[in-house]
Amino acid sequence: MSPSVRLQEMIRVIRSARTQGEERGVIQRECAAIRAQFRQADNGGRSHNLAKLLYVHMLGYPAHFGQMECVRLIASPRYNEKRVGYLGAMMLLDENQDASLLITNSIKNDLAHSSQYVQSLALCTLACMGSAEMCRDLASEIDRLLRASSSYIKKKATLCAVHIVRKVPELGELFTPAARALLAEKNHGVLHGAVILITELCERNAQTLVQFREAVPELVHIMRGLVTSGYSPEHTVAGISDPFLQVRILRLLRILGRNNDTASDAMNDLLAQVATNTDSSKTAGSAVLYETVLTVMDIKSESGLRVLAVNILGRFLLNNDRNIRYISMTSLQKIVSTDHNAVQRHRGTIVDCLKDQDASVKRRALELSLALVSAINIRSMMKELLLFLSTCPPELKSHAASGIFNAAERYSPSQRWHIDTILHVLITAGADVRDETVPNLIQLITNASQLHCYTVHKLYRALVADISQQPLVQVACWCIGEYGDSLLQGECEETEPIQVTEDDILDALETVLQSHMSSPATRGFALTATMKLSTRITENVDRIRSIVSIYGSCMDVELQQRAVEYNALFKKYDHMRAAVLEKMPVMDRSSMGPTNGESGGGGVQELEPTKPKQPEMMVAPQPASQVCDLLDLLSDPDEPSLPGGPLGPGGGPLGPAGLMSGSAGGDLLYLLGGLELTPTPTPATAPAAVTVYDKSGVVLKLSCERPLDASQTITLTATNTSDHDISSLTLQAAVPKNVQLQMKAPSGDSLPARSSAVVTQTVLLNNPNK
Amino acid sequence: MRFMLLFSRQGKLRLQKWYVPLGDQEKRRLGRELVQTILGRKAKMCSFLEWRDLKVVYKRYASLYFCCAIEEQDNELITLEVIHRYVELLDKYFGSVCELDIIFNFEKAYFILDEFLLGGEAQETSKKSVLKAIEQADQLQENIDFQMRLFPVAGRHSQKASSELVSQSELVSQSELVSQSELCLPVLVLVLNQGLDGVLVPNMASESSGLFQN
Repeated sequence: MSPSVRLQEMIRVIRSARTQGEERGVIQRECAAIRAQFRQADNGGRSHNLAKLLYVHMLGYPAHFGQMECVRLIASPRYNEKRVGYLGAMMLLDENQDASLLITNSIKNDLAHSSQYVQSLALCTLACMGSAEMCRDLASEIDRLLRASSSYIKKKATLCAVHIVRKVPELGELFTPAARALLAEKNHGVLHGAVILITELCERNAQTLVQFREAVPELVHIMRGLVTSGYSPEHTVAGISDPFLQVRILRLLRILGRNNDTASDAMNDLLAQVATNTDSSKTAGSAVLYETVLTVMDIKSESGLRVLAVNILGRFLLNNDRNIRYISMTSLQKIVSTDHNAVQRHRGTIVDCLKDQDASVKRRALELSLALVSAINIRSMMKELLLFLSTCPPELKSHAASGIFNAAERYSPSQRWHIDTILHVLITAGADVRDETVPNLIQLITNASQLHCYTVHKLYRALVADISQQPLVQVACWCIGEYGDSLLQGECEETEPIQVTEDDILDALETVLQSHMSSPATRGFALTATMKLSTRITENVDRIRSIVSIYGSCMDVELQQRAVEYNALFKKYDHMRAAVLEKMPVMDRSSMGPTNGESGGGGVQELEPTKPKQPEMMVAPQPASQVCDLLDLLSDPDEPSLPGGPLGPGGGPLGPAGLMSGSAGGDLLYLLGGLELTPTPTPATAPAAVTVYDKSGVVLKLSCERPLDASQTITLTATNTSDHDISSLTLQAAVPKNVQLQMKAPSGDSLPARSSAVVTQTVLLNNPNK
Repeated sequence: MRFMLLFSRQGKLRLQKWYVPLGDQEKRRLGRELVQTILGRKAKMCSFLEWRDLKVVYKRYASLYFCCAIEEQDNELITLEVIHRYVELLDKYFGSVCELDIIFNFEKAYFILDEFLLGGEAQETSKKSVLKAIEQADQLQENIDFQMRLFPVAGRHSQKASSELVSQSELVSQSELVSQSELCLPVLVLVLNQGLDGVLVPNMASESSGLFQN
């Protein structure tokens, strides 16, 4: 019986197995037989045994014992065994396996084989799984094949060179001369490979790029030939002559023409010709047009050409084929920043695509819509976006929510509209919003002082309706705590007032406290709100006292701590209660620096018992704000926490989020921390220097800049205002484990008296995890 | 291209070609998850999706899904054309290809793929050339098989004679003599004679070697 029938027989048997267990049994038997066969000497059926093993491997069963057999078969002189051996190498071996090095020599020999089919096997395998060392060893062989061989081998050698350049970019120089010569080939396969090779070389090496710019006329000529040529049975696909090669050449032209006027001019006419003449009724034509549009938008093209390109994209947008619409939105996304007005014209169609059934199209439409929001269309766009939010797939919800927030922040026509929008998002997609939404919203609400009444009414209604959306509940509790008195008054201009008694409010807050759906942070909000109400309401203070004392023995440490503190406020510090719990002042979000501490710190001084806790609790949840840790170590331990002081907005997002989730300190203090750490949309300006040490005439100032993303540069300046010189001044610093510290040499180590000179030292902090 | 997967409607893998170095476990896991994601999509949906950090292009032909993961800068529409070209090649080769053909002749499917794509890129844009190359490689293989069947190595001849036979058949294979199977016969007769007489026969390969050197 011929061995290959046995392979098919085995496949048939495996397929007829009715259960997984039966299949496993069959496969185990077969594998045992194959293993035994491998151990025997050459028996003529080796290739078929390996083929059987490869089938088993494809089904998902382990096949590593076949690796050595692959190596042996590759070394065999017979073509059929080599063929299967190389196939096995590509399937079972990859560059991480040790056995792959063993085939390097065989590949080398086969590259010089007299049969071009054997050569092609070796080239294919090298291009598929060649490791960096193998590539280095064999690069010169490939170069030789590039220059002097048949087109069949040349085209394969070219793509092998592409793989080598991707793995070992330094070898690119070796192939550059050959690549240039290959552009003169007539064979489309070789030309295709040559264009890919040149693209790779140009992308990795700027000098090569400059060198190949001279080839632009040649490429334009080839392309023109393709576009104007008639039907060719070999290469025409749906009326387009060799679309694969066309797309590749267009991509190379894009790279060569980028940022270069001469090159861009040389290809202008060609691009116009391709854009107008290509028939896009089938995918092949659309592919070429798509690539043309990408090229036109990327090089320095004439405005007429750009208009043409955007019109093509607009046409694609109206196409019935979903794929084409997706493609056009992807391209529009790329140009929306540069050609905003042109894209705005298609806003209607894009917004319609938000309602498409397909998730990919929806995603693209969302991104594009968010990019198209402007001050003029904000109201209508927001309506659409909110509608989208209620029906969108879950993986897009958080992205949509944050996009809506950003848009609302930048373009909201009025504060009331802004608050309404945020509330709407919280109600619809409350679970998916980011943590910093809550402090942002709270800050927004305090700023809109005339809307307090309206806001608290709305939030109360929302709270009563549904307490499962944590961010919404948190904001609602906070507002009720702050503005509960206006809720009780029952009057409101902007919205229909509801008659609410104190008991109702306390009921609502208690429900939140007791519900299993509330997270610990939410409970914290609710408890504090209950406490604040003790100064705002008149009759049910006892009820509040009892609630607070119940939680004094709560299992949650955070709640317990708060409850105990509030109890203390009732008992020992009752005279301070009113002052402590008075309304929060308006928070100023945009100013940074130590001055913030004074403006918002109404509650800081009174909370003596809790203060020592803050520095540690601040430090823990802020791994990214290196400066605060440095400050804590340099400054006195009882300095009021200015952890965010000199920090740029980069530290911001993690700050309040860390604080919120860690629930460090009472939320009164968090508000203090939140003041400095709230992220601002404005770019970071260099913060002022902070004085961190001022004793006996020696003053140390800290100022920081943020030159790169993950690292921070801090400059320490020391001045001496006393009458004596100070010598041997050294500075030491310690940082948390995940931050790297690099201290540069100080400018000196002695501080002369009366501030006549300063000593500066630069410290570099790098947080690689950021 | 990073990798190409072919799988059935039930999620069984029929072909997998990886152009990036990943461990076996990793490949299996990635494959499984991607297959599940694609099978979860509805019929009329877009052929492109962004999955993890990859761009994936897929198309269903009858009961088989063809799925490719491409690089960030690659053109999605032309990848659809690449998939279509591969299907056409399979169709031409097997004659009205169906999934069973690919199951039972998986190694041939791989050989065809390797003749069309190399290192993740298309190596030949002409359908005819690819088919011709595969045909010729197949005939080369067939010839060796044919010889092997007539003269199984561990067979009737002595070790010495059989090793000479082997070396002679190597010569034959290396010189790509075979374009038609009829040509085998006289060569084989010669080989037979050589085997019995122990006299080396001059190679007839040289005249026909030019056939493939285009």
